[in-house]
Amino acid sequence: MNLDSKIPEGPLSEKWSSHKFNMKLVNPSNRRKYSVIVVGSGLAGGAAAASLAEQGYNVSCFCYQDSPRRAHSIAAQGGINASKNYQNDGDSVHRLFYDTVKGGDYRAREANVYRLAEVSSDIIDQCVANGVPFAREYGGLLANRSFGGAQVSRTFYARGQTGQQLLLGAYSALSKQIGLGKVKMFNRHEMLDLVKVDGHAKGIIVRNMATGELTRHASDAVVLATGGYGNVFFLSTNAQGCNVTAAYRAHKRGAGMANPCYTQIHPTCIPVHGDKQSKLTLMSESLRNDGRIWAPKDAEVAAMIRKGETDPNTVAEDDRDYYLERKYPSFGNLAPRDISSRAAKEACDEGRGVASTGLGVFLDFRDAIKRDGQKTIKERYGNLFDMYQCITGDNPYETPMMIFPAVHYTMGGLWVDYNLQSTIPGMFVGGEANFSDHGANRLGASALMQGLSDGYFILPYTVGNYLGEQGVATAGKVTTEHPAFAEVEANVKARIDKFLAIGGTESPRSFHKRLGHIIWEQCGMARSKEGLEGAIKDLQALRKEFWTNLRVVGDADGINPELERAGRVADFIEFGELMCRDALMREESCGGHFRVEHQTEDGEALRDDENFAFAGVWEYMGDDVEPQLHKESLIYENVKLATRSYK
Amino acid sequence: MEKTMDLTLKVWRQKSANSTGTFETYGVKDVSEGSSFLEMLDTLSEDLVEKGKEPVAFDHDCREGICGSCSMTINGIPHGPEKATTACQLHMRHFHDGQTITIEPWRAKPFPVIKDLVVDRSPFDRIIQSGGFITSRAGSAVDANAIPINKATADYAMDAAACIGCGACVAACPNASAMLFTGAKASHMNSLPQGKAEKDRRTLAMVTTMDGEGFGGCTNVGECEAACPKSISLDMIAQLNRDYATAQLKNFFKPVA
Repeated sequence: MNLDSKIPEGPLSEKWSSHKFNMKLVNPSNRRKYSVIVVGSGLAGGAAAASLAEQGYNVSCFCYQDSPRRAHSIAAQGGINASKNYQNDGDSVHRLFYDTVKGGDYRAREANVYRLAEVSSDIIDQCVANGVPFAREYGGLLANRSFGGAQVSRTFYARGQTGQQLLLGAYSALSKQIGLGKVKMFNRHEMLDLVKVDGHAKGIIVRNMATGELTRHASDAVVLATGGYGNVFFLSTNAQGCNVTAAYRAHKRGAGMANPCYTQIHPTCIPVHGDKQSKLTLMSESLRNDGRIWAPKDAEVAAMIRKGETDPNTVAEDDRDYYLERKYPSFGNLAPRDISSRAAKEACDEGRGVASTGLGVFLDFRDAIKRDGQKTIKERYGNLFDMYQCITGDNPYETPMMIFPAVHYTMGGLWVDYNLQSTIPGMFVGGEANFSDHGANRLGASALMQGLSDGYFILPYTVGNYLGEQGVATAGKVTTEHPAFAEVEANVKARIDKFLAIGGTESPRSFHKRLGHIIWEQCGMARSKEGLEGAIKDLQALRKEFWTNLRVVGDADGINPELERAGRVADFIEFGELMCRDALMREESCGGHFRVEHQTEDGEALRDDENFAFAGVWEYMGDDVEPQLHKESLIYENVKLATRSYK
Repeated sequence: MEKTMDLTLKVWRQKSANSTGTFETYGVKDVSEGSSFLEMLDTLSEDLVEKGKEPVAFDHDCREGICGSCSMTINGIPHGPEKATTACQLHMRHFHDGQTITIEPWRAKPFPVIKDLVVDRSPFDRIIQSGGFITSRAGSAVDANAIPINKATADYAMDAAACIGCGACVAACPNASAMLFTGAKASHMNSLPQGKAEKDRRTLAMVTTMDGEGFGGCTNVGECEAACPKSISLDMIAQLNRDYATAQLKNFFKPVA
């Protein structure tokens, strides 16, 4: 597997501009001869499809939702970072770059992160021009807020719906191109496999989810912008449809999968309420500015609270353990996401958890309300308190909120070089689906930045460069008549037929839940050698059981949510095994990856830069064959590696 | 411990776009009051799968009230009885043990049923494709602070842009009018300085497409605003009417597009 990162020569700050100059260009009149497939219509996919069409390429865009406007980018709340330095508080491209590398616990590629920081300003300009109604000051200029992991105010926002507004901006640009006929949009279509011809990505096989029809689509390049794999945990903050299938199918066709064990667990989500729950809801991290996190000191008190026999408000001050304030006195309740999440898990593991399941801790505003008054707290967090009350039925002004960590972002993904090209030539990967920019931990408000950076400003250049290198003589030469398409389509069809033919007794959702349980317990917030080895065995057994005892009702001829889930769960089970292997291989703790064997005396993450400053890239070798590990060394020329401390 | 309830559901079942549908009655037991409405439907699905029957198909995705996928009429009200709440954010504590709940798809001619509770809302996409955008090629933008926008205008644009495109306004309207949806998007873009250049063209194109898709006219009933999970105001319709009249007048003297 060739892991040439293709980082351009020259100083960090000149790499992108010199690379752009050295790229092959495609003459505007020749662009219409090429076609590009974009899978996914979120920030990365929607923006890439619109921008490539604006340049004159023929684009086909696919999404599983009924409209491109529904991609899960829409659910991002907080904001988008950019190094505009509108606040005159010392921000710069270099500072955003530095914060992102450090926030990622020194496991991201320097050149990519620098470019991300470099184009961040252009993103804000582009979005404003598109009509995104960012928050403004009375003077009419853009407002900023601060966010975790940074000491400057560089986050732009549109109320608590920044993702929605950015996505609708990209959607409107995409819609214009659809209206002009430059983008052919395929809603309710799910990519089920990648087609390669002579080693290059040349098309995809999709299923029309409304009619069940399988169709072939050929192109000169393929862009995957299919999001993250958080739903491998069953319960996450992802949308119900989010899945790893497109990325995993491409992996099976030869694309390297990098750092799958890097997942981010967000500390402030609403706890699970029972075994019927389908998803977890995030509460903004900003709540930790005024709320104090605690669990009862005594497990018996916690048990009484769980049963509803004790009102948490009556627990005496001395019987409360404000564990973040105790362990991290200088950061207190504002300790980073990974650290806060692990501390909550520890409290619950000790039997001191609250909520009906015992998996919850308190986020208490009693003292803040006493200090600042209910009115002030309402002004700051009113909408979040309302949301909490809507979901739980509890009034957080009167009874402390309960929170618990939940999976909400995955930093790992398909390996890409500096051009965002995977190990399969002609297949590019953007947004959360690739591994490139966030290392082992993502900072808040950086996901939106990366999605739009890839979509508006990177892929439109690098895809064009690839097409130019291939030459106009190759444009449109491979059609769906090529035997490779028939072969892959037959594979896809056989797989669907197999799902329907198993005729067992267990539903896809039930398998999904069991998978999620294994991954959450063994490859969640704390991982151990023993646990991971056990999980790999359990997942192999689960896979066998899945393929012998699955029950998919209905048929393949139309909308069939059971069939859709079966395909996704089948891939998630295999992917989960890869995650565990990656976590087992990485004998260190970094960012969202915490190995219990690798911690300091006081329980902090212990990184091993000497042996693990690399991206772990897995090559698929066949079913029931161990995948092969390849390494891309991470070389830091501009940032000095240091230990994160929040004591 | 959480309270649970037993419910009777009358659910619209329809095999495909071309078949005729009918209500089927199902019982669900032990629904916890902390479940969302869609989790209650998940429970029904698992029960049906257990019996080898096809589960009820319905659109849903984010389950946090923002993607606009979920689309069902619950006891006659799009998204159900709670004000400013999508079906996915509606929780079962608002229902009671022994209750009968009727669940139907959006009922509107431009939104044909594809299966069970799933309808085709692509006319909304086509309205946007015809004019619901501000043309600005990637790479062509000026600095974001080059055009100051007063806060009131920015807030108004945001109020309009909060629409999630779910279609409840159409389902609630006796005329199946899409004026609230179209008005919200047009008002969002028409009110911003960046959107002024295409304002008249945009307004005419969106209204023409809206009419062509078969949506009815607005007769000021106001059901759309009441059903809207994002509380989009009727003012957006008034704004659209004003912008449309102005654009038509201008277009009469000198074509705007």
